[in-house]
Amino acid sequence: MEEAVVPAAHVHAPPEGFIRKHVFSLDHKVIGKQYYGLGLVAVFIGMGLSWLMRFHLVWPTTKVPGLELLSSTGAPGGVITPEYYLSLLTMHGTLMVFFVLTNAPFAGFGNYFLPIQIGAEDMAFPRFNMMSFWITFCAFIVLILAFFIPDGPPISGWTAYAPLSAVGKDAGPGLAWGQSLWAMSIAIFCVGQLFGSLNFIATTLDLRAKGMTFMRMPICTWAWFITSAIGLLAFAVLLPACLLLLLDRMAGTSFFIPAGLVISDRLQNHAGGSPLLWQHLFWFFGHPEVYIAILPAIGIVSHVLITNMRKPMLSAKVLIYSMMSIGFLSWMVWGHHMFVSGMNPTSSLLFSFPTLTITIPATIITLIWLGSLYGANMQINAASLFALGFVSMFVSGGVSGFFLAQPSIDIYLHATYFVVGHFHMVMGVAAIFGIFSGTYFWFPKMSGRMMNETLGKLHFWITFIGTYCIFMPFHYLGLVGNVRRYSSFVDDFMAPLMPVHKFISIAAFVTGAAQFIFLYNLIHSRFRGKQASENPWNATSLEWSIPSPPPWDNFGGKHPVIYHDPYQYGVKGSKGDFVMQDSPEQV
Amino acid sequence: MASGTYTQIVSPSHLAGPDRASRSGIWVGIFAITMSFAAFTSALYVRQGSGEAAHIVLPPVIYANTLALLLSSLTLEKARRGIAKGLGPEVDESAAGMAWLVVTLILGLAFVAGQCLAWRSLATQGLYLATNSNSSFFYVFTAMHVLHLFGGIAALAYLIGRLAGSLRTFGQSLFGAIAIYWHFMGVLWLYLLLVIGTRL
Repeated sequence: MEEAVVPAAHVHAPPEGFIRKHVFSLDHKVIGKQYYGLGLVAVFIGMGLSWLMRFHLVWPTTKVPGLELLSSTGAPGGVITPEYYLSLLTMHGTLMVFFVLTNAPFAGFGNYFLPIQIGAEDMAFPRFNMMSFWITFCAFIVLILAFFIPDGPPISGWTAYAPLSAVGKDAGPGLAWGQSLWAMSIAIFCVGQLFGSLNFIATTLDLRAKGMTFMRMPICTWAWFITSAIGLLAFAVLLPACLLLLLDRMAGTSFFIPAGLVISDRLQNHAGGSPLLWQHLFWFFGHPEVYIAILPAIGIVSHVLITNMRKPMLSAKVLIYSMMSIGFLSWMVWGHHMFVSGMNPTSSLLFSFPTLTITIPATIITLIWLGSLYGANMQINAASLFALGFVSMFVSGGVSGFFLAQPSIDIYLHATYFVVGHFHMVMGVAAIFGIFSGTYFWFPKMSGRMMNETLGKLHFWITFIGTYCIFMPFHYLGLVGNVRRYSSFVDDFMAPLMPVHKFISIAAFVTGAAQFIFLYNLIHSRFRGKQASENPWNATSLEWSIPSPPPWDNFGGKHPVIYHDPYQYGVKGSKGDFVMQDSPEQV
Repeated sequence: MASGTYTQIVSPSHLAGPDRASRSGIWVGIFAITMSFAAFTSALYVRQGSGEAAHIVLPPVIYANTLALLLSSLTLEKARRGIAKGLGPEVDESAAGMAWLVVTLILGLAFVAGQCLAWRSLATQGLYLATNSNSSFFYVFTAMHVLHLFGGIAALAYLIGRLAGSLRTFGQSLFGAIAIYWHFMGVLWLYLLLVIGTRL
């Protein structure tokens, strides 16, 4: 082994001083933690907003003490107005999709572990990498600013459907400067993600260590690589869409606003635009975004499962090819979000086929997991529990997608809570479970300390049961016709469904509160956790061959050489039932 | 890489990992930019489906601009050869390479100035950004292209600065990556000219 290792010149000098080490750092590990931290802030804000929404849905006339300080017009006297409910809904969706589900599993963990897992010293372009994070941070600040302007946040939802998002203040509160800030924020976010994706791709293509063939890369590295390819295309389309939206809003153009549009009794001074154009551009990004959120989680969970099963997957290759198929098919299905948009019914049918086809690679992945789990001597810890929980959520949420992929059924269910239940389970909660699994698994490497397992398991069980209590009833509500995006149902024909909503709200409060157990565990373990060894899980991939936490140059100035794929478990190695990727031992 | 000499410009097959990465990076970037302009183009097609606007007569200066941009690709290649030869004792050749690089930059700036003249020409005809969908797309296409070209101009200026400075060195693949990007800007412009000329 020793003779195979040669000293390497690092791509950048060792960081000196607080600013270079922790703020404007070029180190991919610090940048990964920054993305993760930003995701953590965003997820707690987003969760707080969902609490407010769940509270308002059940007790629409009850005051939320102190909320009037955030918005005196949106919540006069602390009571949320229907319009402000929509503002909360918009900000919740935007924060969660962009700043949590994209940031943490892809940009966060990917930045930290992709270079290490392929044996590189850093990303290909460290300065670009630093810039990507700070651009994303600016996007976050611009979005959050919307809370503090008199107009308030936009009410058009995270999809910002035109023409309402394009016409300005006539369309309602938050649609003047609030909506402009939203569009600017997302445009800035796109730039950050494009730089990030470019970096991931170039790093994976060109900075792999000697012996690290593509098929020797861990599944999660593959997932980040495929995700970066998807991100590159998706954000390259959303960026022009946001620019055109901003031009409609600020320069008087008419890309998305049709002629003769009257809003708030005022004829809009635009002509000839196409509201459907926005939907096409948005969902061309929007559906791949689902896979930007879920593929890294699939990768992380596979990595965690393999380590804890102590045996290889049934077929890692098929799993990787299935992820590629999902990535490829993700470009052909955006129209399934538009079955009720007035699009030509033939187009709906054409979009339905590839959507249904996506279930094939998704099912193959699930069957590989289940088949591999069969007969495995599974090690139960917080990371593996969340990985198993992910599989459960992925299946439960995925099955409802099968219904929605068919236009004839979607027309009935589209505007109901069924859709809310579906995407929260398969995209939101499943990806969050992937993030949790990755956190419990890699925290020892990132911080040099172990997380508390008891608290981790408690966190898992409350979250697992709680999320099912929240999102399974959503499906039922949708099936009986409960429309989504309404701010309250008390005086409505849906009033008989209020007990179900109450149950969901209480489950949401409990499940949300359980996340503070995680936060406590994270912060407490960072400073007081048990010291972690180099390889506490007896894992095989490269990140476990270096100290915890890793030195600034990852491999201490040496180039690792790779001899195996990362699935050498259940074998007889000198260290136990596994052989590390950089071990020249024969297996 | 020693101080006082120009860096060797080598073929991609000889590039080391990080240098190869910058070559890959530029191609990946070009792919993303292509995707963005594909999105703009599809927006144009969908938008024209909801109503045609009056055809735009392109200002003649556009064609002069096109010539300047295409010429700049040639001068950049002249610069590449000159600088490569400068590795040997023929210092004069490398100085000529540097001169071609400056000419490339000037042609790039001339293209931008020419595009500004084209915008002014349209404005004098009463065609502004929001006048109709064709004028909107004209300004969007041309402005987005100029915005991307600024990236190339900045890179060229950086390269000239490095070569003129005391170090007189730059990364092996930097020149190659900048050259690919610059040529791509020319190809992209030809595509946009085709779209603008036939659809607007």
